[in-house]
Amino acid sequence: MSSDYVIQTKGLSKHYNGLVAVDNLDLNIKRGEIFGLLGPNGSGKTTTILMLLGLTEPTAGKVRVLDFDPARQPLSVKARVGYMPDQIGFYDELSARQNLAYTARLNGLPAAVADERIQAALDRMGLLDVADKRVSTFSRGMRQRLGVADVLIKQPEVIIMDEPTQGLDPEGAHAFLRNIRHLKEEGITILLSSHLLHQVQAVCDRVGLFYRGKMALSGSVAELARKVIGSHYHIEVEAYGDQKALIQALQKVPGISRVQAHGNVYDITANSDLRAEAAEAVVKAGGRLLALRVEEPSLDDIYAHYFQEVEHDSHS
Amino acid sequence: MTATVKSQPVRQREGSPWTGMWAVMFKEMADHLTSARMRILEILILLTAVATVYAAMQDIRSSIGSDPFLFLKLFTLSRDPLPAFVGFLVFLVPLVAIALAFDAINGEFHRRTMSRVLAQPIYRDALLMGKFLAGFLTLALVLTTIWLLIIGLGLIGLGVPPSGAEVARMLGFLLATIFYGGFWLALAMVFSIVSRQSATAALASIATWLFFTVFWPMLAGLATQMLRPIRLGLPQEIIAQTQLQMTLSRFSPNTLYSETILAFLNPTLRSLGFVLPIQLEGAVLGTPLPLAQSLLLIWPQFTGLIAATILLFAAGYVLFQRQEIRA
Ligand SMILES: Nc1ncnc2c1ncn2[C@@H]1O[C@H](COP(=O)(O)OP(=O)(O)O)[C@@H](O)[C@H]1O
Ligand SMILES: [Mg+2]
Repeated sequence: MSSDYVIQTKGLSKHYNGLVAVDNLDLNIKRGEIFGLLGPNGSGKTTTILMLLGLTEPTAGKVRVLDFDPARQPLSVKARVGYMPDQIGFYDELSARQNLAYTARLNGLPAAVADERIQAALDRMGLLDVADKRVSTFSRGMRQRLGVADVLIKQPEVIIMDEPTQGLDPEGAHAFLRNIRHLKEEGITILLSSHLLHQVQAVCDRVGLFYRGKMALSGSVAELARKVIGSHYHIEVEAYGDQKALIQALQKVPGISRVQAHGNVYDITANSDLRAEAAEAVVKAGGRLLALRVEEPSLDDIYAHYFQEVEHDSHS
Repeated sequence: MTATVKSQPVRQREGSPWTGMWAVMFKEMADHLTSARMRILEILILLTAVATVYAAMQDIRSSIGSDPFLFLKLFTLSRDPLPAFVGFLVFLVPLVAIALAFDAINGEFHRRTMSRVLAQPIYRDALLMGKFLAGFLTLALVLTTIWLLIIGLGLIGLGVPPSGAEVARMLGFLLATIFYGGFWLALAMVFSIVSRQSATAALASIATWLFFTVFWPMLAGLATQMLRPIRLGLPQEIIAQTQLQMTLSRFSPNTLYSETILAFLNPTLRSLGFVLPIQLEGAVLGTPLPLAQSLLLIWPQFTGLIAATILLFAAGYVLFQRQEIRA
């Protein structure tokens, strides 16, 4: 296997007495990207992550993480890969700083280095004011940030986060994901899992859609959209003018397949982002353009669309 | 013959299994030493020690000068209504050990820290061993402190220093007590691995303790009477019955411990079994045995206790290695 990939699996499978939790998974994650492992609960995301870290033994298949085999060289893998489990827990009776100090000692860091890194990590996650407070007083969002600080202590090359936005309110989740984006800028490769597709779609460079232990689809969100939904960009045009003329003009634009009017609002289905062309058509037909919006396909749409098709195929 | 040795697919693990063990141990020990749970137990032992030693001292004072093993009596003399200090230890030590370990592993699951800790570059071995060592050292620390306190009280109260032989015997007693605690520590730890609920693990540990303290002696008695009944009242029958009863009762850690400390603290004890008059021939009754002889007497008990501890730890180790770590 080549080392262009930070994480690579081939035919990776995990069976739990008959139940196939992960089925023949081929996963390739490039250095420096944010990869989203997306899928509903029970689709095998956590199991996959545990196998990547050597915390669960694969039933079959190969895993390479940073060119190490997690089953045989777990210490090398775990020294370089930060893992933030779902529903992360801390020692409540200890302070944030003490919790991180324990992590530093488990990583064998000398005290001076540890102190420095703890300070930097707490600062970065905005937890310096509460560094010496007991973790039992922390909110869910603070714990999540402490989780990231904890992972940063070992200065990892790769960070794996399992459902990092679970339990956060939408704004908290958003802020959290922005933080993750900053980590990527430092060259850290990030693998995160989620069952909330829309939440992570903005932050991931590429995603893999999980379904019953299999990775059904992978690629960037735009790629997936093209693959699954094809020509399904929704453009909304708001314009004054003669409705019939406007509809006709819009329908003539190459790439636009369907136009529906509701008063002054025109719903357009196109095979790509044809906002400029639509605007031009409206103006040329004598209309006065008021607003223009494009609705990018969301992962939820893709997911729903794809698995409807799959279900259909398997039923017929 | 030249056998072609096939290179077996040995799953050689990288690095030392003990990486990180000291980090775990120091954290756990700090937790133990500051926990309210331990405070309560320490105070309990302390009160017991002071009360029993004070009571014992009243009796010992009268025999200063006549008994060469005065200090040992501090631990063994009872005075109504108080039992001797060692009598309390048989109960208290398991209690402390269980309190130290019943939530060792399931507590990490409960707090959801297990996967985070095991995602650090350590093996599970280090976590388990670190936790066991921390419990063991805490136990040793507590017991040694109490032990020193009792000797200190003895020095003040009796006004004479202990002899070398006494010190050696008291040290043996201390060691045996620590290892007795080690057995219960390992047991509670196994339950903390088997059961995801701390309360269940604590209950199971206490139940085992109760079984060995209360029910096993009764069961041993019953089994003996059934297996070796005394029909004719012959001496052989009586000997056979007593021997079986002793053998059975030695399956209990409490018996092993009691016999061990009895030999350490009672130098005149010559045999733990059924004593035939012929065995006493040439022995002047009441003369103390040298330490080496006493040690020889309870060597099987002492090593048995340690072996049981190691077995329990090994069982816990295997169970923990195979455990699914997802919370
Ligand atoms: N220890 C286990 N024993 C049996 N089945 C398990 C075990 N752990 C997970 N599973 C099953 O494996 C499947 C995948 O689980 P998981 O990887 O946790 O999914 P996800 O993280 O995507 O929600 C589920 O059906 C789950 O019930
Ligand atoms: Mg999961």
